[in-house]
Amino acid sequence: MDVAAAKALGAGIAVIALAGVGIGIGNIFSALVNSVARNPSARDQVFGLGILGFALTEAVALFALLIAFLILFT
Amino acid sequence: MATGGQAIDALGQFELHPVFGPIGASVRFTQSNLMMLIGAALILGLLYFGMRAKAVVPGRLQAMAELCYDGIHGMCINQIGAEGKAFFPFIFTLFFFVLMGNLLGLLPFSFTYTSHIAVTFALAAMVIVIVTGVALRIHGLHFFSYFFPAGAPKLLAPLIVPVEIISYLSRPVSLSIRLFANMVAGHVMFEVFASFIVMMAGAGLIGGVAAIGPLAVNVILVGFELLVAVLQAYVFAILTCIYLHDAVHLH
Repeated sequence: MDVAAAKALGAGIAVIALAGVGIGIGNIFSALVNSVARNPSARDQVFGLGILGFALTEAVALFALLIAFLILFT
Repeated sequence: MATGGQAIDALGQFELHPVFGPIGASVRFTQSNLMMLIGAALILGLLYFGMRAKAVVPGRLQAMAELCYDGIHGMCINQIGAEGKAFFPFIFTLFFFVLMGNLLGLLPFSFTYTSHIAVTFALAAMVIVIVTGVALRIHGLHFFSYFFPAGAPKLLAPLIVPVEIISYLSRPVSLSIRLFANMVAGHVMFEVFASFIVMMAGAGLIGGVAAIGPLAVNVILVGFELLVAVLQAYVFAILTCIYLHDAVHLH
């Protein structure tokens, strides 16, 4: 196989991890909306936790993206 | 993107160039160092000029300085506990150094120093060394019980201890890569969509009209990146707080 084609395919495969990240971020925000709807007064405390969870989950997406960049550009 | 007709040079923006002519080149003073100095000067300027008035009813600048101070102070106390006061200067410095790096990088012709793994890993390594040092100082050798949670079955020790040690050692890696990858991904997205604008505009009248699409995406991306810049600085600081909480209280 051509190296350039293999690189493009590899980068595409590397970002499959984004499926899991999508599910994770959806879960986090659904839980956040649920909890704020149930107890609006807890919003300030819960919001910080939600953002923290979002950032930690998003990091996984960025690891995958980084691998894809490494495959593509090096 | 090497296969495309017009190559998109997405990573060229992260190259370092010496500034201040031959003097800067001889001491390897790059635009990254320059941006660090500007960021530090901005924060010192905000605190100095903001708090110089010492008004009971704060003006705009003073209110901003007080808000920054209060926000980080509250975060330290909430996350670490009463001992958090001792670590407040460290967290404050860390937060604003990262925040300035992220925000200054969004200005045109500037440079994001947090987009280099060398910078973010140096910060994360500093955090982890300080956290371990604090834990060893407070708890002595008792600190090593951190790697085996109390109440876990003794039989599982060969499994739990390596997992805990690996998770402890992977903290600086994840802390640095999170910040660095966020910044790189954001700026690469800018570059890719900006290249789309140029490519489409070069393709005649219809392409020029269609180029409004990527332009609009880029405008929205700037807003999104502002959010990410503040969020990542916040996450960096709050994770440092959580690690310090673990060091002070051991679980």
